[in-house]
Amino acid sequence: MTKIQAQNVGSPLMNLIKLRGVPILQQLHLEEKLLRTSSDNWCIINDGTDDPTVVMGISGKPAELIEIEPVLQDHMPVIKRFTGGGTVIVDQGTIFVTFICNKDLIPGLQPYPRPIMNWSSILYNEVFRGIGKFSLRENDYVFGDHKFGGNAQSITKNRWIHHTSFLWDYDIKNMAYLKVPKRAPEYRLARGHLDFICCMKDYISRSDFIDGTTKAVGSHFSLNSTQLASIEVPSNAEFTPSTRLLSKQELEAAALSQTDESSA
Amino acid sequence: MALRMWASSTAKAHKLSCASKSHLSSAFSLSRCFSTVLDGLKYASSHEWVKHDGPVAIIGITDHAQRFQNESGTSVSKGGSFGAVESVKATSDVNSPISGEVVEVNTKLTETPGLINSSPYDDGWMIKVKPSSPSELGSLMGPKEYTKFCEEEEVH
Repeated sequence: MTKIQAQNVGSPLMNLIKLRGVPILQQLHLEEKLLRTSSDNWCIINDGTDDPTVVMGISGKPAELIEIEPVLQDHMPVIKRFTGGGTVIVDQGTIFVTFICNKDLIPGLQPYPRPIMNWSSILYNEVFRGIGKFSLRENDYVFGDHKFGGNAQSITKNRWIHHTSFLWDYDIKNMAYLKVPKRAPEYRLARGHLDFICCMKDYISRSDFIDGTTKAVGSHFSLNSTQLASIEVPSNAEFTPSTRLLSKQELEAAALSQTDESSA
Repeated sequence: MALRMWASSTAKAHKLSCASKSHLSSAFSLSRCFSTVLDGLKYASSHEWVKHDGPVAIIGITDHAQRFQNESGTSVSKGGSFGAVESVKATSDVNSPISGEVVEVNTKLTETPGLINSSPYDDGWMIKVKPSSPSELGSLMGPKEYTKFCEEEEVH
C-alpha cells in the first residue's frame, strides 16, 4: 500500500523509499534497475549498510585505489558500481541518499553532471541550514573544508541518477583499506583521509538528517512513500546489473600488478 | 582534459536502434554559440554527430556535449547505448543517432581519450556504423538547427 503525502500537491511525484541496513550491493542493483527500467522518479534513503564494503566507481582500478593485501587478508568485499566517481568504504555509519529522475523533472535543469550537482547542493542547503558551514566544494559536500559526503552520477538518454554516501560516522581502521587517490580535488591539498574528512554526527543526529532530507525533498516534490516490496517495473524490462562484487582472483591479480609496479 | 576509453570487441556485433527526432535542414556553417558546429554533419538532439562516409556513417559526440564532460581523467565504457563517457563523478550514455551495425570502434580513444575533448569531430570519432536505414540521416538536424538547439538549451 502506498501513501501520498499532500505536502506539495500539484508538484511532480517523487517515490520515496526509506531503508535501513540494506546491503550496499542490493541497494546499487535496485538503483541501477530503477534508472534503466522505470519511468518514475525515486528518492532512496538507506540508513546504514550492515557489512563494511569498499565501493569503487565504474572505472576504478583496485591496484591504484585500495590496499589489496589487507583487503584480501580481512576478506573485505570490494564492489565496482555502475556510476562514476571515486572509492569509498561504507558501513553502518554511512547514510545513503539517491535521486533517480527523469531529465525533464526539474524545469531548466540540464541533464549534465555539473547542473545536477549544483541542484543537489540547493536541496541540501535546506537540510543543513544553520548547521556547520555546509557547501558543495568541487564535487563534494563539506563542512568548511572537510568532506562528509561523496557523490556519483550516471546519466542516460532520458534519466539521471545522483547518489551520495554521507559519512555520519566512520571506523578509523577502515580508512586504512583506501589509498590516497592520485586524482583528488584541489581543495584536498594532499591531506590524508583523517585530515580530509569529518563526521556528520558532530553536526546533526541521524534522525534529524533523515527527517530534514525528507522534508527538503517534500518541499520540491509530491512524496509517495513506497515499500521496497511493492516496487514494480515493466515485466518486459530486460536488465542485467553492471554493479558487481570483484572476485578474489581479480583482487589477487591486482595485488600482483601492485607488487610488480613497486619493484619496477 | 583527458578521457580514457574502454574499447570492446563486442561493439562490432551490436545492432543499434534509431534514437533521433525528425529535423530536415539545409547545411551551412554556423558557430555562433560557445560550441563549434561543423558543416557537412548531421546532429541529434542528444548531442551526437553523424558523418555519412560512403557505406559507413561515423559517429561521435559534439563539441557542445564534450564541454560538459569538462573534467580530467574521463573514461568511455559500454552501457545500454553504444557506450558511455565518464567524467570525474559521472558516466553519461552515448546514444547512436542511427540504426545499423557497428563495424569499427576508435581504439585510439583507449590510449588517448582526451581526443574526444580536443578533437570531437575528427580524431575523437567514436564508432563507425553501417547504416541499416540510410533515410534516418535525413531526419537529423543540420548545423543551423543544431546551433539553435544548443543556444536554446543554454539559455535555460
